[in-house]
Amino acid sequence: MSLPDTYLTYSKRRHGYDHDLYSWSSIFDRAPVRWPEGRSVAVWLCVSLEHFPLVPGDTPFRAPGHMQTPYPDYRHYTARDYGNRVGVYRLLDAFAAAGVTASFATNAALAERVPELIRDVLSAGHEIVAHSTDMNGTIATGLPIEKERALIAHSLETLEGATGARPTGWLSIARSQSWHTLDLLKEAGLEYCCDWVNDELPYRFINGLIALPLNHELSDRQIVATQQQSADSWAEQLEDGFGWLAAEAQAHGGRMLPIHLTPYIMGLPYRIGAVERLLANLTARPEAWFAPGGAIVRSWEAQQ
Amino acid sequence: MKADPELYPYSPYRGRPLLRWPGGKTVAVWVAPNLEYYEVDPPLNPHRKSWTKPHPDVVGFSHRDHSNRVSHWRMADAMTRHGFPGSVSLSVALCQHHPEVVADANARGWEFFSHGIYNTRYAYGMSEAQERAIIEDSITTVRAATGQTIRGWLAPALTHTEQTLDLIAEYGLTYTCDLYHDDQPTEVRTASGRLISMPYSLEVNDHYGFFVYNMSPRAYADALIRQFERLADEGARSGTVMCIPLHAYLIGQPHRIGPFERVLEHIAADDRAWITTAGAIADAYTEQVG
Repeated sequence: MSLPDTYLTYSKRRHGYDHDLYSWSSIFDRAPVRWPEGRSVAVWLCVSLEHFPLVPGDTPFRAPGHMQTPYPDYRHYTARDYGNRVGVYRLLDAFAAAGVTASFATNAALAERVPELIRDVLSAGHEIVAHSTDMNGTIATGLPIEKERALIAHSLETLEGATGARPTGWLSIARSQSWHTLDLLKEAGLEYCCDWVNDELPYRFINGLIALPLNHELSDRQIVATQQQSADSWAEQLEDGFGWLAAEAQAHGGRMLPIHLTPYIMGLPYRIGAVERLLANLTARPEAWFAPGGAIVRSWEAQQ
Repeated sequence: MKADPELYPYSPYRGRPLLRWPGGKTVAVWVAPNLEYYEVDPPLNPHRKSWTKPHPDVVGFSHRDHSNRVSHWRMADAMTRHGFPGSVSLSVALCQHHPEVVADANARGWEFFSHGIYNTRYAYGMSEAQERAIIEDSITTVRAATGQTIRGWLAPALTHTEQTLDLIAEYGLTYTCDLYHDDQPTEVRTASGRLISMPYSLEVNDHYGFFVYNMSPRAYADALIRQFERLADEGARSGTVMCIPLHAYLIGQPHRIGPFERVLEHIAADDRAWITTAGAIADAYTEQVG
């Protein structure tokens, strides 16, 4: 099939990006960031709390980890539910033992279905980040803007009702957005979102929302579930990453290591030990500042 | 369409004329960072989709944008520390979008060749006139941005037509990185002009390492060292070429760059390695075979 000559016209070939969502800068040219207590590497633990309805939605797309067999997919429904009953408690205990706090990116449906889990997360001092409604609440171009606005509002109102505080941060399912999402998140009063993985420090979108990049390459979903590496290899990779960032921070200012965890992945009996050992090794490093996403954003913002 | 591309004659790995690299080195090692720009909302090519998701594909786009905000300098500094120049596979529109990245590579003395205009505009379906236009655009854009005249080609996103290699030879380019049939430079049959196939690599490309073979960072580093050791051994018979094709958004991630830097240390410490550029390898080859 031949191509029209318009295929060789480049209307956005210009200095900077071919979009107007955020502007360009190199992390190595920015004023150095200083984290609290003289620490140089912010370690951000972010746990996804997910509720997968037994009937999966495909509009606009089916979430990663969702039902796979013909109805009723008891296999995946219960294996995911294991994360919310058992796996997450192993993670909570590991965080308590290490003395660290985390973000919990939470489907609003869980606030209604299992309020005791939300209470346990909050009473341990962790932060709730809004993570859509349930795992059918996916967003992409094609979702009508009114539905997207309502989905974001429902997520925030439900979480606010359950926790008494409106979340300030947002993570989309599969980090997927439409062209409208950034403006709808800003309009809903959110301060930061974690979907864009192009940087290793917070930065600001043109509309004022702050990006807190949750590196998908360092996630348990990517390394363990997708690339099928062992839990020990995952832990080794994160320690290697921490070591590199701590060295880089000496010359260039504060760095950030996001560790994205999924209870039904890393909360398994044969994997949780690797999480515990990683936390023990990283909390022993004098450079490490463990903080939830909101605290990292506030520290960064105060320095801008 | 033809069943045999007729790009080169068969030549077994035994009994070839000797190739010798400068200084008696056995393996020419070149590093090929892909400095790319992917458009967030490219037009559709009916032969291949750019993104797997509706635009904007936030993870797809922003993962690649990591190169131009963070990981380019991490990768480039590691290369510079160990004396490795880059031979850059360049989306030439990067000269417009992020000239800062192109200037950094140029200031390090790196060589540039074309990887098309954008890595989201594919050659599939292009007429000869359209393909000439992207070759001419590449030559003039890189010359204006860097002062260099490109000598090589790696098709945008590895999308080719039957006329691609004939055209780049006609425009006087020296080498193509699009063919994967050998560990030594070879001649490519073209309608006019001379073209050398410069061994690039899919198999030890960081993209293949991490997303086709799902290697851990340390396993990928080990693969590169084994690749180097074998090619350095075999190069004692007749000089070999090892290319390390990279994408900063992959190799420059915090968990990968440390193991990769140890590969560069390993190769730099081995006096069998001729650490060089694609253009210099092409010149050394041409001087010997005439």
